[in-house]
Amino acid sequence: MRVMVLIKATEQSEAGEMPSQELLEQMTAFNEELVNAGVMLAGEGLQPSSRGARVEFSGSERKVIDGPFTETKELLAGYWLWQVKSMDEALEWAKRIPNPTGEHGVVEIRPVFEADDFGDELTPELREREAHLRAQTGGSA
Amino acid sequence: MRRREAVRSPVASPDVRRTVEAVWRIESARLIAGIARVVRDVGLAEDLAQEALVAALEQWPESGVPDNPGAWLMATAKHRGIDRLRRAEVHQRKTEELGRDAQLRSPADDDLAAVADDPFDDDLLRLIFTACHPVLATDARVALTLRLLCGLTTKEIARAYLASESAVAQRIVRAKRTLSAARVPFAVPGRGELRERLASVLEVVYLIFNEGYYPTAGERLTRPELLEEALRLGRILAELLPREAEVHGLVALMELQASRTRARIGSMGEQVLLLDQDRSHWDWLLVGRGLRALERAYATGGPIGPYTLQAGIAACHARARAPEDTDWERIVALYDGLAQLVRSPVVELNRAVAVGMAFGPRTALTIVDRLSEEPTLDSYHLLPSVRGDLLEKLGRLDEARAEFERAALMTANSRHRTALLGRAAVCESE
Repeated sequence: MRVMVLIKATEQSEAGEMPSQELLEQMTAFNEELVNAGVMLAGEGLQPSSRGARVEFSGSERKVIDGPFTETKELLAGYWLWQVKSMDEALEWAKRIPNPTGEHGVVEIRPVFEADDFGDELTPELREREAHLRAQTGGSA
Repeated sequence: MRRREAVRSPVASPDVRRTVEAVWRIESARLIAGIARVVRDVGLAEDLAQEALVAALEQWPESGVPDNPGAWLMATAKHRGIDRLRRAEVHQRKTEELGRDAQLRSPADDDLAAVADDPFDDDLLRLIFTACHPVLATDARVALTLRLLCGLTTKEIARAYLASESAVAQRIVRAKRTLSAARVPFAVPGRGELRERLASVLEVVYLIFNEGYYPTAGERLTRPELLEEALRLGRILAELLPREAEVHGLVALMELQASRTRARIGSMGEQVLLLDQDRSHWDWLLVGRGLRALERAYATGGPIGPYTLQAGIAACHARARAPEDTDWERIVALYDGLAQLVRSPVVELNRAVAVGMAFGPRTALTIVDRLSEEPTLDSYHLLPSVRGDLLEKLGRLDEARAEFERAALMTANSRHRTALLGRAAVCESE
């Protein structure tokens, strides 16, 4: 199964503070461990919400809201996509994410939907268009 | 003999048991490898690791899960090992006192105590080469690899291969005995024999993958658990041996084939052939990973082998957005290269299919007819299946129907049989 590991933002990540060298070193080592174990499929860090924007939908109206956003605990600072045998394995790996500063942090782990989970909602035409798009983007996650 | 089935024991609460299983999944291979380096016997190493696992199940519900569960398991296994060796030494002294000739191996306790808590990756590589040693029969190598490197239980292996648990257990016990008897060193092969021994490792990984992708028997069209284990093993190997082109070639091949898993099965559970597949059902994350792995294979600059060539063929399909965009001439060229490396009638049959697509069914049929005299293909259902397909394209429907029906009788997979009988029926109705 695949899981997405969502790394929640902190005040530091939202302030745009770069991680300490110690954290960087430990994270690099952890990422290497994930790759070496055949677990890591993809992953990226996200810039603070001050560099981002939202589009809000309401009826036919589209409202663009520039960051930063205030509800820090609900924001994301990065993600991983892991291939694991079970949620338990994912939890065990997540417990090993380095946290040298001892700060409060949260990661959320969510199983990924397989395309089949959408059933008939995705019509053949939609699937075909999706295939074209994915082929154009080179199939990257 | 205590085995991992002890995980089912009622001692541990379900939560702790699941945590222990997850820790085992992550740590067992490195744990066994680290111990095996010192005791020089993978069978004994696994027994010690299992004992540590049982201890975890007994103690963690009381003590809580330790901060570093891998280190805890390693330390426990080390202590068990020291106890055992001391007993063996006492036993040996007594035996010698009795004037018998006992030949028990007993490395110094110090050696065992010196096992690093964080074993080197080299240990893992040693374990892989040992489990896949050519002294073992193929099915023994497969079982041992799933057991020692993937951390699967005997029960899980038996279920995946539709074999009885006792048969798998026997196979593993015998494999360990064979390794001991043949005094197979716990080592990575030297430069001179590395390629040859690596071929044996890659073969095991690809066999596991293929049993997941084309199950030889049973009701299901795929066995995802085996696919995922093989992919994981391949990805691990690619990081352990990054300079070996064929390792990346195999990974590329598996990622690209696995990307089609979902598209291979139709809404009624029937098999969908490559060219009929809905390409939006392909897993584009895996396609991207496969193409990158293929680039890595070429970037090593090392000798290209059969896996890289096959991955190259799979990549031709992956790059075609629609079946008619497929570069069949390139595929034929890659098959030509493959046929030079691997003199196999199966490769020749696949080459015939590509030739049929690139240059027409008549040319292809000549190749297939030549293969009909090949005794090794006597019971290979894909031969009449391909022949039927070519005959159908040439409008020779009666002959085509007979071939599909012949193929249906040869396959042990009920889903494949249904698909072939379906094609026979189409020939009859046209």
